[in-house]
Amino acid sequence: MSDTFTLDGDEIPFESGQTVMQAALAAGHYVPHLCYHPEFRPHGSCKVCTVKVNGRFATSCTLPAQAGLNVESNIDEVNAIRRTLVQMLFAEGNHFCPTCEKSGNCVLQALGYDLGVMTAGFRHLFPDRPVDASHPDILLDFNRCILCELCVRASCEVDGKCVFALAGRGITKHLIVNSESGRLVDTEVDLADKALSVCPVGVILVKRKGFAVPIGERRYDQSPISAQALADAPREPAAPAGRPCSSCEEGS
Amino acid sequence: MSKLRVATTSLAGCFGCHTSFLDIDERLFDLLKLVEFDRTPLTDIKHCGPCDIGIVEGGICNAENVAVLREFRNNCKVLIAIGSCAVTGGLPAQRNHLDLGDCLSEVYLTEPGTSHGLIPNDPELPLPLDKVHPIHEVVKVDYFIPGCPPSGDAIWKFLTDLIAGRTPTLGHGLIKYD
Ligand code: SF4
Ligand code: FES
Repeated sequence: MSDTFTLDGDEIPFESGQTVMQAALAAGHYVPHLCYHPEFRPHGSCKVCTVKVNGRFATSCTLPAQAGLNVESNIDEVNAIRRTLVQMLFAEGNHFCPTCEKSGNCVLQALGYDLGVMTAGFRHLFPDRPVDASHPDILLDFNRCILCELCVRASCEVDGKCVFALAGRGITKHLIVNSESGRLVDTEVDLADKALSVCPVGVILVKRKGFAVPIGERRYDQSPISAQALADAPREPAAPAGRPCSSCEEGS
Repeated sequence: MSKLRVATTSLAGCFGCHTSFLDIDERLFDLLKLVEFDRTPLTDIKHCGPCDIGIVEGGICNAENVAVLREFRNNCKVLIAIGSCAVTGGLPAQRNHLDLGDCLSEVYLTEPGTSHGLIPNDPELPLPLDKVHPIHEVVKVDYFIPGCPPSGDAIWKFLTDLIAGRTPTLGHGLIKYD
């Protein structure tokens, strides 16, 4: 028999080694998240998955499940924090949804919808982030990067190429391309790479694929992200290529 | 009950939100039982008097936008930002990472055939601002309706909630950023 903790009053069973997030999703309970991906180790950077655990705040994607925890997720206090986090991400980058190919499939946008974010509220920073269109088949629009490191994790741990990395600290932190020239065309990136399919927002786009599905008929147009929790339930890690990764904080 | 007075305007926008407002179609007649219009492109009244609700489409890209926005804030008890441009700066704000002088010379001096090689400087023209801003960066805004444009249904839901004294909520399918 497995142990349980409570999530918003419901008993959630868990296996040892599971995080609160993994156990919740496996039990069909949605906890909002952005940098968590079921095939990768947690990164714990976006803080959108914050929950209240025995009265203290913690990120559920990194918190090991323990018997008897009292986890509160869908409460006003916590949702207000999530809303502010999403607002800050919108104000920090250049997120022009009407012109974005990812609109309707974007996790950041879907979280905004679901949390009822009507405005970024803060002063928009409007940073200057030139795109990298050097590659014949792939466009990088850095304006939308939320620094979740999913592409970094996928490229290092699965593709074994380490095409992407984060550089800088604090507000100057940004995504870079690992090549002498700094341009994507000079990397070993390939259309089949896992790294191309994990970006939750609209940074990494395959060229000449625009608007294959019309706006209004995309994933989160169909149903709210909170109703799609099972799609994010834990599954086998993406097959690793086994190349050690020097740019990720934890190695591989 | 006396009717609520409503003013609307389009600043650095494309009138898409006003067009979407008209997409409430025959519900406009129901609305007109509850509200009357002050300054709006529909009445062509040029200045806004005391109003209950002000609805502003478009962001702030020039000095005239700022003056009109302030007129709305000074006269409207409740101010609503409608559409991506008013809420986030929107597409006009995509010039924000460029130098304004460079933009003007690219359009009027470098590109062939626009204006006899002169940057327009008629005193009637409002001066462009260095950057385009969402309206909440200039005045206090009470409510936001995102979307490019928000659908007629979203606008209808929002306004009827507000007029009925409920906290306006949109919910899935009506809250959209695109
Ligand atoms: S490009 Fe996308 S996947 Fe990579 S760090 Fe930025 S937001 Fe995350
Ligand atoms: S999902 Fe947990 S910190 Fe991002």
